[in-house]
Amino acid sequence: MASTAARDGWEVVIGLEIHAQLATKSKIFSASATAYGAAPNSQASLVDLGYPGVLPVLNGEVVRMAVKFGLATGATIAPRSVFARKNYFYPDLPKGYQISQYERPIVEDGSLEILLDDGSRKTIGITRAHLEEDAGKSLHEGLANASGIDLNRAGTPLLEIVSEPDLRSAKEAVAYMKKVHTLVRYLEICDGNMQEGSFRCDANVSVRKLGAAKLGTRCEIKNVNSFRYVEKAINYEIERQIDVLDGGGVIKQETRLYDSAKDETRPMRSKEEANDYRYFPDPDLLPVDIEPAFIAAVQGSLPELPDDKAARFVRAYGLVAYDALVLTASRELADFYEAVVRALGGETAAAKLAANWVMGDFSAFLNRDGLEIATARVSAGHLAGLLVRILDATISGKIAKDVFEAMWAEGAEADVVIAAKGLRQITDVSAIEAAIEAVMAANPAQLADYRAGKDKLFGFFVGQAMKATQGKANPAQLNELLKKKLAP
Amino acid sequence: MSLHTRSVAELAAGLAAKEYSAVELTEYFLARIGAANPALNAFVTVTPERALADARRADATLAAGKAGPLTGIPLAHKDIFCTDGIRTACGSRMLDNFIAPYDATVVERLAAAGTVMLGKTNMDEFAMGSSNETSFYGPVKNPWDLRKVPGGSSGGSAATVAARLAPVATGTDTGGSIRQPAALAGVSGIKPTYGRVSRHGMIAFASSLDQAGILAPSAADCARLLGAMAGFDPRDSTSVDRPVPDYVAGLGASLKGVRIGIVKEFFEHGLDAANGAVIHAAIDELAKLGATLVDISCPNLPLSVPTYYVVAPAECSSNLSRFDGVRFGHRCKDPKDLLDLYLRSRGEGFGPEVKRRVMTGTYVLSAGYYDAYYLRAQKVRTLITNEFRAAFAQVDLLAGPTSPTPAFDLGAKMDDPITMYLNDIYTIGANLAGLPAMSVPCGFVGGLPVGLQLLGPHFGESQVLAAGHAYQGVTDFHRRMPASYA
Repeated sequence: MASTAARDGWEVVIGLEIHAQLATKSKIFSASATAYGAAPNSQASLVDLGYPGVLPVLNGEVVRMAVKFGLATGATIAPRSVFARKNYFYPDLPKGYQISQYERPIVEDGSLEILLDDGSRKTIGITRAHLEEDAGKSLHEGLANASGIDLNRAGTPLLEIVSEPDLRSAKEAVAYMKKVHTLVRYLEICDGNMQEGSFRCDANVSVRKLGAAKLGTRCEIKNVNSFRYVEKAINYEIERQIDVLDGGGVIKQETRLYDSAKDETRPMRSKEEANDYRYFPDPDLLPVDIEPAFIAAVQGSLPELPDDKAARFVRAYGLVAYDALVLTASRELADFYEAVVRALGGETAAAKLAANWVMGDFSAFLNRDGLEIATARVSAGHLAGLLVRILDATISGKIAKDVFEAMWAEGAEADVVIAAKGLRQITDVSAIEAAIEAVMAANPAQLADYRAGKDKLFGFFVGQAMKATQGKANPAQLNELLKKKLAP
Repeated sequence: MSLHTRSVAELAAGLAAKEYSAVELTEYFLARIGAANPALNAFVTVTPERALADARRADATLAAGKAGPLTGIPLAHKDIFCTDGIRTACGSRMLDNFIAPYDATVVERLAAAGTVMLGKTNMDEFAMGSSNETSFYGPVKNPWDLRKVPGGSSGGSAATVAARLAPVATGTDTGGSIRQPAALAGVSGIKPTYGRVSRHGMIAFASSLDQAGILAPSAADCARLLGAMAGFDPRDSTSVDRPVPDYVAGLGASLKGVRIGIVKEFFEHGLDAANGAVIHAAIDELAKLGATLVDISCPNLPLSVPTYYVVAPAECSSNLSRFDGVRFGHRCKDPKDLLDLYLRSRGEGFGPEVKRRVMTGTYVLSAGYYDAYYLRAQKVRTLITNEFRAAFAQVDLLAGPTSPTPAFDLGAKMDDPITMYLNDIYTIGANLAGLPAMSVPCGFVGGLPVGLQLLGPHFGESQVLAAGHAYQGVTDFHRRMPASYA
């Protein structure tokens, strides 16, 4: 795959650091709850507050979750990983250091595959994924002459997933980020909620002349929490860097912030002095030793992964790769789709029809109403009931859309809607013939012209006969009978 | 009644025999504290209300026939242990206003065993010091000679036990902070194996070296208290999940056939000649009790002081970052911005020795120096640990001096940190290697006590205590008391 040049002659190099908040009930080193949106400091224990004398105790669940991620990305699980202290002063960092894995992360050398626009696939390397604790939040709004500190988030477990600089465009970066997003939700290790900050990323962006061996100077765009903003922020940054370089300037290595309102990145307020984090192994925590038996147990607990599921959908249901990717973007959607297919008996034709409906009207209605699959107004069983009526020619595909809308609005089964609205397709030959005869009788002039050789009038008779049956006549039957009746 | 000369077992027997109540016993020691503390400055906080409440509870337990071996026994806690609702200042202005909201595991366990807390003892600021002179609350005086230091950092606990202001007192030992003051004040003190006693609630100085222990007149009393303090604690990841032996039952073990290593390096590097003579005499006593003496060498042991003074400050520089004036502790007046808040709160809250170590630690961890200092120190630490392991493959215990000299004059070494640091030359090795070690009184030089140090292999507390107990069975140094407090 040729890299996508942002502008002629330039190559873009991007690496992402994704912070996925692990979906544990309690924090990484304390028993405090991790629920979002609680009153400030109501979920901060003495450990989270960094009180004198208290000690961190590792929540074993985070280790299991990190191992899950490592196995799902074909990574190496370190037999021993080590927590270190990253030392710096900030009011929302209670201990004056953040506990994070530094020299010895738990997961190394993984990869994920992304699907590019041209249908080809590209492997993106994952350098490492390590466990760390989140900091609290400083609040400056609504406080006169003071800052507030909310330590509810302090100690929330994070998995920081660091990619290789393998991404060559904003689109690739988004495709990769979505892939990771899908994966962590499949693994049930992160709820993926980007508004609440459960899944966010820092993007390292640089540009270089096509063919240049040396990487350009990179800028890090901090804390972007939507796919759309990641794409826009990276694209802005690419243009900015090329403009600077084209103008004979140099790129300064710095941390930048994306302002979505202005759609631009700008340097973050520079710190008074450069931070030297003085990393060293945290003596309060033992190294994390992972036994092969533990890894095997986690391996055994892994669900079918998105790539495997997508490949199976292509194989078993005859879907194209892109449709399979869309349908497997979340476990809930894939499960819903398969429930519909199962209810239809699993035939390929039915599976394709089901794919179109799940990706089409069903997803559109979900989005329109802002609902989740679990709260969808049409169940998999009900959708299958509708598709059965298309397949057995009770209704046409066009009528089916109206039926679906009614089902969504009323929460009713397809057959109930069809019966109540009298939408059943007319397949009774005598009924169709009667309608045709009535149309012929009402339009003698057109009949004469047609019989005199004006073939184009066939469409006029189809339309009139359909109208006479309120659109319910089986179109194929109607065509056939019309031809027979109109013949001189 | 002179209850202060009695051992813990004797005091418990008196309680059981209703010779006195726990309240009377508590009042007895509170009175001793009231009389002696103004001169000694051993306690920074006396908690009579809490003590009497504990004592009344103990009396109820005794009356109900549910008393354990420590029910009603008064004690003092080093002010490094968090005590719920009671100021825990750690010898520092930084925490002068800090009321701990919880009990340390050591405090909790000893309370659960029925002990009575008399108060909190003075200490070097954040346990950084060997003379108790770095305390924000002023130096503790040595009961044997008020012009002398009691050693540090558990100087308040050592003086408390030496003057019998409490039968026993807790301490912590990062580089000798139980053993050195025990030696200088003429009491027994044990630092257990790293991980044997929970560090939860013990304000951290150097996390990989800190260990809680006990100071008492005798090894037998230490054994009684240690059993109640030790054991796995899920709130401290570095505490070890391993059964706690019955240390009291283990006291009866004889020294016959026990191989005791005499480490050559313990008798070099500034050991005072008179002190050395007392130690050699004590070692001869061990031989008379049936121990086999074996000459041992640990060539890297002399590197323990420089190694310690890299590792401990590195950890302390990070551990003390939480004292930033934001959530608890000292906060400067009218900070003009965040940086000013940090600089002045910490500048005012910490004393010179703490600042020296925070700066040293920050330096050895900085980019460009980490490998040369911190990493190298950790490698030397491993070498020293391996030498001890090799030694314990040959012998059961090691014996030597606790401190190069007896107690020195107040103020004598305050201007010279290096000389002060060298005071810990014989004790630091056990912390670097995580070994259990104990100091027992073994004689006098110029009227000042001298301590014999006994070291055991990891989790060898029983052997160490039994050796100390056997030695105390044939000597009476541990029974001697400073004249003014006898």
